[in-house]
Amino acid sequence: MTSPPDQEVPIASGDDVVRVRQLVRAAAAAAGLSLVDQTKIVTAASELARNTHVHGGGGTMRIERAVGERGRAGIRIVFHDDGPGIPDVEQALSEGWSSGTGLGLGLSGARRLSDEFRLASEPGKGTTVAVAKWPR
Amino acid sequence: MERVPVLRIGGLLLVSIQVDLQDQTVLALQEDLAERIIATGAHGVIIDITAVDIVDSFIGRMFATIASMSRLMDAETVVVGMRPAVAITLVELGLSLGGVRTALDLEEGMRLLGTAPPGGGSGDGAAAGPAGGS
Repeated sequence: MTSPPDQEVPIASGDDVVRVRQLVRAAAAAAGLSLVDQTKIVTAASELARNTHVHGGGGTMRIERAVGERGRAGIRIVFHDDGPGIPDVEQALSEGWSSGTGLGLGLSGARRLSDEFRLASEPGKGTTVAVAKWPR
Repeated sequence: MERVPVLRIGGLLLVSIQVDLQDQTVLALQEDLAERIIATGAHGVIIDITAVDIVDSFIGRMFATIASMSRLMDAETVVVGMRPAVAITLVELGLSLGGVRTALDLEEGMRLLGTAPPGGGSGDGAAAGPAGGS
């Protein structure tokens, strides 16, 4: 079986957030992640998809094959929006910090649930967040 | 948007989540439950998440909100059937749901709320059974 080409999925509604979870679940299972690791990366993706939808004003999600140490293959999920951006990334990543609509666990939780976490954001220029996970 | 049905069984309200929860569905469920608790005078709420394969911070917060809200209306909430992978993920996410009562399954949840499950497995049958020692 060949892996599907990287496809970009729009995130513009609550239904799209649900769809992101389903796509990430399928990709995580196909990559050979354990049930617990699948659940972790789907949960991280759910947090990030909600951020993209609610705070980024909508955006896109893309699933990539991620090559790790010693050529191990896992998955990477990249979220992008052209929203207002995050003025203080350090603060946004600190646990409990919230923009006011949640528990403040979205970004920090997604980072804890992933093996790799990258965030790039600039005020006025949108936000890109990538999380990756590899089979143990 | 799908709505999650709220079923009444005696003095209990039962919610069994069988759909992929989007945020609007979660918010609607909170409101529906608040109304049904008042309308029925229910003393307990059971939320069955056996079929739920992920609980993120938004869904987790719903459990805490429903538990606090129902307590204010004199009803106890029990979340039942959490999958092991979901529990592990929730803790790592940073949500321990300290204020939410849980039980392994529906039957245990009903017992916790002081309601014998229908068909009473531990009643007459056990007393009459050959291995029914107490």
